[in-house]
Amino acid sequence: MNRPGVDRSGTGASAAPATGGGRIRTPLPFPTAAAPAVADTQLRANLHRATRTIRGKRARVVDEVPDWEALRDAGAAIKADVQRRLPELLEQFEASATAAGATVHWARDAAEACRIVVELTRAAGADEVVKVKSMATQEIELNEALEAAGIAAYETDLAELIVQLGDDTPSHILVPAIHYNRAQIREIFHRRMPDAPADLSDEPSALAEAARAHLRRRFLSARVAVSGANFAIADTGTLVVVESEGNGRMCLTLPETLISVVGVEKLLPTFTDLEVFLQLLPRSSTGERMNPYTSMWTGVTPGDGPQSVHVVLVDNGRSAVLADPVGRPTLSCIRCSACLNVCPVYERAGGHAYGSVYPGPIGAILSPQLTGVADNASLPYASTLCGACYDVCPVKINIPEILVHLRQQAPHPLAERATMRVLSWVMRSPRRWAAALRLARAGAGPLGAYRERRTGARTLRRLPWPASAWTRSRDLPLPAPQTFREWWDQQ
Amino acid sequence: MTARDEILARLRTALADNPPPVEVPRQYRQVDDRPDLVEILIDRLEDYRAVVHRGLGALPALLAKVGRLAVPTDIPAEWLAGYTGQVHRDAPPLSSADLDGLDAVLTGCAVAVADTGTIILDAGPAQGRRALTLVPDRHICVVRSDQVVGLLPEALTRLDPRTPQTWISGPSATSDIELNRVEGVHGPRRLEVVLVGLDDDPRGR
Ligand code: SF4
Repeated sequence: MNRPGVDRSGTGASAAPATGGGRIRTPLPFPTAAAPAVADTQLRANLHRATRTIRGKRARVVDEVPDWEALRDAGAAIKADVQRRLPELLEQFEASATAAGATVHWARDAAEACRIVVELTRAAGADEVVKVKSMATQEIELNEALEAAGIAAYETDLAELIVQLGDDTPSHILVPAIHYNRAQIREIFHRRMPDAPADLSDEPSALAEAARAHLRRRFLSARVAVSGANFAIADTGTLVVVESEGNGRMCLTLPETLISVVGVEKLLPTFTDLEVFLQLLPRSSTGERMNPYTSMWTGVTPGDGPQSVHVVLVDNGRSAVLADPVGRPTLSCIRCSACLNVCPVYERAGGHAYGSVYPGPIGAILSPQLTGVADNASLPYASTLCGACYDVCPVKINIPEILVHLRQQAPHPLAERATMRVLSWVMRSPRRWAAALRLARAGAGPLGAYRERRTGARTLRRLPWPASAWTRSRDLPLPAPQTFREWWDQQ
Repeated sequence: MTARDEILARLRTALADNPPPVEVPRQYRQVDDRPDLVEILIDRLEDYRAVVHRGLGALPALLAKVGRLAVPTDIPAEWLAGYTGQVHRDAPPLSSADLDGLDAVLTGCAVAVADTGTIILDAGPAQGRRALTLVPDRHICVVRSDQVVGLLPEALTRLDPRTPQTWISGPSATSDIELNRVEGVHGPRRLEVVLVGLDDDPRGR
């Protein structure tokens, strides 16, 4: 697993920004990984329905907020300020959290973070932990590390539980089991949940009830819980977790020991900044005015909640992202998943094609920056650059711009590079572009008419070399029969 | 170098381009002083399928069906007027197993936000510790009209970040199975809100 640029020595003398490891690297190039998903009509139908539904809900609750754009501006600026002052804010967070009775740990990479959690769990004398859904712990492959250390990790979010019992990986940031239908979930519960009722139906309420009964005793008896955090507040040392089911509250409140794994970019300068982010996040992610539960805790409160509270601050490649001024705003992401639900590529290819725990448009820019672009070279191409992700992002991350920037760094096939170079030469001049369009229409006309007649699609499936490298995994839209200018001239 | 020093040094190196200071524009709404905030709150709460009652006078009927009731130690006596079931005060602290065996919990709150339908508990008066409102299956929460604010920014000014906070917007819910909303997974399956201090409430304060 050792790769260049990844400092795993644990004592490294170099303080240069470093890339990270864990489940953020795509084992297969995106086009290869996406092929089975694109061919799976059931999966495509599921994803289509899910993304369309959430998208609609989001649009409705965003539209009712008259100052949405002002909130986005504030959110983007607060995060830019955090990035600029990250070292000092982290020190401030550490001091405030420590003063409030928490213990702060620092982890250079995934392996170190896992080691810290394992040691803390052992020190608490526990051989099992209950877990709140958290991208950071998935990123560092914590469950695998705990298992290797003989510690059982129980996911308690319903979707994460389904995925865990199904020996699968999540396919969406917000609704990780969206690729399963109710019959499949019932089948998984039957097979893997010993206490599930024999006559369990596939009604969602019955399935949720089975999960409730299954986890209840575990919640009441667990001694150690592991969470992530949506926000970490520098001036007060407060951690914030946003959730729906109450499994989070169970984990954050009942066990004696609470360990929270937090990426260094999760900081906000002040408690007051939550007034922006707790408006942006729920509406952007689940399309609700507010999620059912938000929990906040600051160190230890005597007589209330865990009395041993730990925070593990994780770098794992974030310093490398910070080092690139163009890519830096990627660290503003609040993992709302709005960009997934508007992305035409995600909708067709699904979450697993991205390989990393971070799918969709955000995954296409975050994963390659965390690992170093060479390690995830195909991901920046998993986009049509349509810009929908930028429009919807609550913290205004210009994802298309960062994609283009990363493509320039990615080693890509010669033919593709040649095509791109020609294309950009053509596109830089209006005269060349108009000429090329005329040429393309002349060439594509008969072809396109033929395909349109047969399939109703105004796209071309295959182009000859060198453009074949491009059409191998995408259809090429045909140029419009007339340009707007030509149409205008005729009017 | 320790991990701490190394990460901080990496981040400082990463910022070698010395990005300029950022002015945070805060043009978003800070207050909403519409007169019908309570009505907006009720609308939002019902949208989440919480059940809303008006006036402390609704409490006895609500509690009549509750056999065993958990309450924080500092619960106002008038909330329990006429209640004949078992009262389980959280002193000495009830164990999680005790709480699991109770039918409902009755508390107050710190603030309620009309815009989002959110009730905020901060372990202050009549609220108790966090486990109290988590384990019993039914949460009955008394909200005074003077605790209702319009927007989140107003709510935050009333809160002390050092206290443990639970923000509640409707009962526990999941949408993980084919995006069907199912109420009641691990938190209380029922949230009932009693609004007091309204103009039409003769016993209001
Ligand atoms: S990039 Fe923006 S839209 Fe996508 S998950 Fe992050 S915050 Fe949400």
